[in-house]
Amino acid sequence: MTRVSIKVDGVDYEDDVEPRTLLVHHLREQLGKVGTVVGCDTSNCGACTVLMSDADGHQRSVKSCSVLAVQANDREIITIEGLSGPDRTLHPVQRAFHQAHGLQCGFCTPGMIMAAVDLLEENADPSEEEIREGLEGNLCRCTGYQNIVRAVREASAEIRAGHGTAEPAPPTPRAGEGETPDSGLRREDVPDETIPQPVP
Amino acid sequence: MTTVEERPHTGFGRTLRKEDVRLVRGKGNYVDDVRLPGMLHGALLRSPYAHARILSIDTSAAEAMPKVLAVITGETLKGLGLAWMPTLSYDVQAVLATDKVRYQGQEVAFVIAEDHYAARDAVELIEVDYEPLPAVIDAKKALDPDSPVIRDDKENQADNHIFDWEAGDQAKTDEVFANAEVVVAEDILYPRVHPAPLETCGSVADMDPVTGKLTLYTTSQAPHAHRTVYALVAGLPEHKIRVIAPDIGGGFGNKVGIYPGYVMSIVGSIVTGKPVKWVEDRSEHLMSTAFARDYHMRGEIAATKDGKILGLRVKVIADHGAFNATAQPTKFPAGFFHVFTGSYDLQAAHCSVTGVYTNKAPGGVAYACSFRITEAVYLVERMVDVLAYELKADPAELRMKNLLQPEQFPYTTQTGWEYDSGDYPKALQLAMDMAGYDELRREQAEKRERGELMGIGVAFFTEAVGAGPRKHMDILGLGMADGAELRIHPTGKAVLRISVKTQGQGHETTFAQIVGNELGLPTADIEVVHGDTDQTPFGLGTYGSRSTPVSGAATALVARKIRDKAKIIASAMLEVSPDDLEWAGDRFHVKGDPEQAKTIQEIAMAAHSSLELPEGIEGHLDATTVYNPPNLTYPFGAYICVVDVDPGTGGVKVRRFIAVDDCGVRINPMIVEGQVHGGLADGVGMALMQVIAFDEEGNHLGASFMDYLLPTSLECPSWELGATYTPSPHHPIGAKGVGESATVGSPCAVVNAVLDAIKVRHADMPLTPAAVWGAMQGRPIRTDLAIQ
Repeated sequence: MTRVSIKVDGVDYEDDVEPRTLLVHHLREQLGKVGTVVGCDTSNCGACTVLMSDADGHQRSVKSCSVLAVQANDREIITIEGLSGPDRTLHPVQRAFHQAHGLQCGFCTPGMIMAAVDLLEENADPSEEEIREGLEGNLCRCTGYQNIVRAVREASAEIRAGHGTAEPAPPTPRAGEGETPDSGLRREDVPDETIPQPVP
Repeated sequence: MTTVEERPHTGFGRTLRKEDVRLVRGKGNYVDDVRLPGMLHGALLRSPYAHARILSIDTSAAEAMPKVLAVITGETLKGLGLAWMPTLSYDVQAVLATDKVRYQGQEVAFVIAEDHYAARDAVELIEVDYEPLPAVIDAKKALDPDSPVIRDDKENQADNHIFDWEAGDQAKTDEVFANAEVVVAEDILYPRVHPAPLETCGSVADMDPVTGKLTLYTTSQAPHAHRTVYALVAGLPEHKIRVIAPDIGGGFGNKVGIYPGYVMSIVGSIVTGKPVKWVEDRSEHLMSTAFARDYHMRGEIAATKDGKILGLRVKVIADHGAFNATAQPTKFPAGFFHVFTGSYDLQAAHCSVTGVYTNKAPGGVAYACSFRITEAVYLVERMVDVLAYELKADPAELRMKNLLQPEQFPYTTQTGWEYDSGDYPKALQLAMDMAGYDELRREQAEKRERGELMGIGVAFFTEAVGAGPRKHMDILGLGMADGAELRIHPTGKAVLRISVKTQGQGHETTFAQIVGNELGLPTADIEVVHGDTDQTPFGLGTYGSRSTPVSGAATALVARKIRDKAKIIASAMLEVSPDDLEWAGDRFHVKGDPEQAKTIQEIAMAAHSSLELPEGIEGHLDATTVYNPPNLTYPFGAYICVVDVDPGTGGVKVRRFIAVDDCGVRINPMIVEGQVHGGLADGVGMALMQVIAFDEEGNHLGASFMDYLLPTSLECPSWELGATYTPSPHHPIGAKGVGESATVGSPCAVVNAVLDAIKVRHADMPLTPAAVWGAMQGRPIRTDLAIQ
């Protein structure tokens, strides 16, 4: 057992860990930070992505399944659970994922959001291609990536406009294709004769 | 762009998802997040061999390890009568191997320890003495007379044959083929792939030794069906079993069946008296849980010289692995493969499917296949392109010439399906307009002049989703009808309880929208409860894009029951006859006097109050229903894919993908589009990179994300979506399923595009650079085997 002190989501933790304990398991099982999840065993999927400070104190995204807890000693970790602002306001990236429908099952979402936060730290105004390259280390099985890319674009605009975790914008569904029909078929447009009446 | 809504969202349309609120904060609750007091951890020892006799198992070293509480083997289970469990196809499957192992990765022993690191350590200490046996890997050789018999556990099983099944009129089809001007045949493999949801399978079993009640948190797409099966398997009383499917990190058909790990967590909890968690890792998941496809098809298409398609004939060898655990309605051993006549008006069609055992993991029906419709659509859409290749016809024109016409619906196919509605030419034309089809062909011609390889692939599909009518469709004897229960609280807030189980498809939002649309309640005021069998009505769960067709219908109808009752209560409140009332979207008002009105919220309060109710009307405002669908729904779509192929490397880049989907009424277009996006990525993945292959010893060659390649953000283009709207006439809100459409329709569009680029008649998926390069040299390869 080795003594480690790690700051996670703004709180200092001191724990004894086995040297072989992976950071992701330390976060999940010892600290109860289950927002960060595991999707593979070969460092491919990125579902476990968190931010970890490097020696200079810069927060960088890492795949926490490929970091030992002992390597995080004296470092600061930010997980998806530490991203919200005061009063549980959402970080612009979290809000953009919601508004652009950048998630479905939600399993890749924590890692995807953390990777996107890191990406926007490095590049405040990334192009679509730069976003796709920047998120290549994060697999998603639900969304086909497009709304994730859109979410990151929108979050970058929000952040550049100085909207931090301030007042959340009113919810505006924006996950629409530019010119495709936008509102489905209204009930009024379904011919009456096609609607079976419930049996009394 | 939608504008900011000024009032609470009610009913259909783009509304943001309720479930996001927790999921973007890391506050979802997935199975591995479940923590119970005293919880222990299980881990499985798996077979290194594809086929081997078990001579002995020594667990003593593992049992002696600190932190280890128990090691369970097949022999232990035998004593409990649990060594084998029934599958969804009326076969049996080994929970833990006793006599033999029959695929690499098969479950052999289960360790229970205080933490999962210790459990994994102990697994390494179990010593198994195996006697390797020759393995059956190539499905096409499984029925050879000298092939080893895999299932010697079954009486009267002298070979590797599982079933023969056919559909259509063989004599009529043979006649059409005998007289046709053009007949083209092609061997088409739909290789074995894996759904690979990002969350693997797992369970936490909590058997309370005092009350005898079992609570099972599990990655289940069909929690009610699971509960019933556990009652049958373990002999536990069904009212003492509570299955909870919490948030699920994607299912894609992988989480329909019951896996040995789930059973072992239950056994472990019974043995130790404490909760036991079992969560598999990615390699276990890829090696042992439900694969998809693995259909070896010989397709034949008959046509006139000028391209009128007359008939289709297909013979299939279906590789089901070592146990037939395929999830499908009982009467359909090849699922709904017989919708392979596709979107065309044929004179005759016939298919025959032979299922065989091989030394591989069980499965088959998964990965958004709608019960083998992926295979059916791939077959017909590949054959149409093969015909176009032979006739030198344009693939889009050839389809347009043969598509069913809108006036032919409801249309009965040559294999007996009754398509409910469709306007196919309109959808194909829209896709072609969006793509700029003629311009693309001109660009392609110019590029060919310069030696550049550009391909345009077209696919048109008809889906069949929403299983299904009880008369024809059951799983293990459980009819495929689904219940719904709706309760309006006194203050007008509502709780809807449904039998289906979302794995990311947005049910918590869309089902609230259905209720809101029927009753005029804000979506935010409707809580959708799902996944907990103690809290929800019985039903068969979510797969086969059946949620909207079956459970969505139940939801609309249960809301209408509420409305009918509300009308009577409103009539008592307004002191008029119910016949004098009119529904106005969220209230009843007296005909001709909109001021004399009662909203649903007011009626709900009155229903719980001291109001004198008419004779025979009970108080409160709730209702239940069970929906038995009269037919499936048949969504359709037209897909066009544009690729560029590197002539030097065979590398493929998907440049554009145009997808027009018609799923009738769209409850939430935003969510429909997201479903389509995800399915299109599946198509790119399957067409270009995904395969679960084996070597001749039966070693699994796709057991990690290093080998089993999934598309990343870089391989996916920006999707271009279009929509037409043809409601289902028999569905209460005109909505059809859509979740699997894109996975069904897109692989063939990509393949057709690549083959169009390199001018090759056929090559099998996945079209990796090596496969494409080989095909360009005229050397097609078997993609599912490492042996050529």
